[in-house]
Amino acid sequence: MIAHFSQIATIFLLVAGLYVVIARGNMVKKLIGLSLFQTSVYLLYILPGKVLGGTAPILDASFAVYANPLPHVLILTAIVVGIATLALGLTLVVRIKEAYGTIEEDEILARDGSKESVTDKVKIAGNKTGRGGNGA
Amino acid sequence: MITHHLPVLLILAPLLGAILAALSRNGFAAWLIALVASALTAAIAVALLWRVQAEGVISYRLGGWAPELGIEYRVDAVNALIVLLVGVVALVTMIFARRSVLAEIIPERVAWFYTMMLLCIAGLLGMAVTGDAFNAFVFLEISSLSTYTLIALGRDRRALVAAYQYLIVGTIGATFYVIGVGLIYLVTGTLNLGLIVERLGAIESSRALIVAEAFIVAGIGLKLALFPLHAWLPNAYAYAPSSASVLLASTATKVAVYLLARFLFTVFGGDVGPGGIPIGAILIVLSVAAMFLASAAAVFQNDVKRILAFSSVGQIGYITLGLALVNPTGLTGGLLHLFNHALMKGAAFMAIGAIVLRAGTAKLDELSGIGRVMPWTVAALTVAGLGLIGVPGTSGFVSKYYLILGALEAGHGWLAILIVASSFIAVLYVGRFVEVMWFREPAQAARESREAPLEMLLPMWVLAGATIWFGLDAEGPAALARAAANALLKVAP
Repeated sequence: MIAHFSQIATIFLLVAGLYVVIARGNMVKKLIGLSLFQTSVYLLYILPGKVLGGTAPILDASFAVYANPLPHVLILTAIVVGIATLALGLTLVVRIKEAYGTIEEDEILARDGSKESVTDKVKIAGNKTGRGGNGA
Repeated sequence: MITHHLPVLLILAPLLGAILAALSRNGFAAWLIALVASALTAAIAVALLWRVQAEGVISYRLGGWAPELGIEYRVDAVNALIVLLVGVVALVTMIFARRSVLAEIIPERVAWFYTMMLLCIAGLLGMAVTGDAFNAFVFLEISSLSTYTLIALGRDRRALVAAYQYLIVGTIGATFYVIGVGLIYLVTGTLNLGLIVERLGAIESSRALIVAEAFIVAGIGLKLALFPLHAWLPNAYAYAPSSASVLLASTATKVAVYLLARFLFTVFGGDVGPGGIPIGAILIVLSVAAMFLASAAAVFQNDVKRILAFSSVGQIGYITLGLALVNPTGLTGGLLHLFNHALMKGAAFMAIGAIVLRAGTAKLDELSGIGRVMPWTVAALTVAGLGLIGVPGTSGFVSKYYLILGALEAGHGWLAILIVASSFIAVLYVGRFVEVMWFREPAQAARESREAPLEMLLPMWVLAGATIWFGLDAEGPAALARAAANALLKVAP
């Protein structure tokens, strides 16, 4: 029963995270959902590795039952990856806020639609200054 | 003995290069480091291919641990081909990148740009050589995270949004992949691909494997822009810096295709997966949809980079079609198209990079008559475009010819007709930019431009030349692709 409960909880977290990613337009909220989604996978790995009454895998005659250490090691790596992704995602949101003044996805799309010609002119001007300094 | 350590040196060269480039803090020094590191990588890739052809499969135990406990790098005919492709494309991209990066990247970020390029290359090579399913995830994320950064380095502010959207989608894809790998680990107790295959026979219920296959195919499908999971790709390629587009378009999706092929053929057993899931039939439908719909979308784009990006989604359809046919000829065609498409798309994105450098825009309506002032650049783009169509005399023809033969061999005559029919859509989008660039009166952007510098033309023409060369004399790459197809299908050559 406990095993089933933990699996149901894992799936709930997974779907909840994915739902937030899809349903929310706020870019920070999307990242929170993404983080939740990734974290649920940590549970998916860790839970089956747990042995009830088991200890950490220590080589000692007095411990016969121990948990599988490999899932923990794998998830340690996955946590690092998750942190890196979240950090990069938040950095991008900061840059987007600076460039657009908003972090709502639909507002950003609306702004790009109307100002397309303006940004293009900026881009060309930027490239021309770049062309001037190509001696390096 | 140093040759024994080739598989790990292949990854260490760009990885250490990335650290040095980050520490250098100087654009030119970073470029030099990136050039040396990618030249080393390409040399190691050639040596690996040579050794695989001479001695067969190379198994390298990282740290000396047995595959049951540690990570095994395994190089056979399939990933030797992929590694060679990534190595060579990385080298020519670095030669091309210097001028393009100077014009497109803010000076203080140039060193970081090369750091990210090298990290991306290291991740892609790692995905290709590793024989460990979880290790592949780690390398997948190394390449993905550096890719998001590369895209965000684009000048246009829409590059930031494109990078953010790719980050969301890419992370969902990678997490799906991990879920699938976790389920396989639960039922087999190992992460080594070779050992997974050995232990699959002992599994009683196939339910976990069905779910695992669904998650892995969907996850990698997001990474390789399998139709309809391609929505991230056009913006990512269009707003990334030009030299990053070159690297991504010619290698990133290709390595993901390799990973999909590895799982489909070695772990899940071909076109009918565990539990009788008709994965081959599903892939055929999605591939054909990509060939028609994505190519049709390419016709209506104005930005040349977006034309090429949508064309990439369509061309990936041909590659996955080759995988889905599951016969040696079709698979040879798929892998050959993977190789050829990487070369021609690389040449095409380099040409666009050169045009952006000189004319300052990639918008088709502002590029009228650019062919008259940049004949060599636009000629390379035209050669690549002919390759995309599959005109005889270009490598695109050879790989599509194999695909058609494979479709006939599999008894799908209608599929052969669809391959030819979809090529006519490529005629439309290639014809559009060829007509505008060569035959219209020069617009203002064209009149102010001049021919691209030699250091950009040279790598561009290496790839465009290869497109012609492998179209006339296809024996070399076809033999490599055939060996790889046989290795995947476990057919004696």
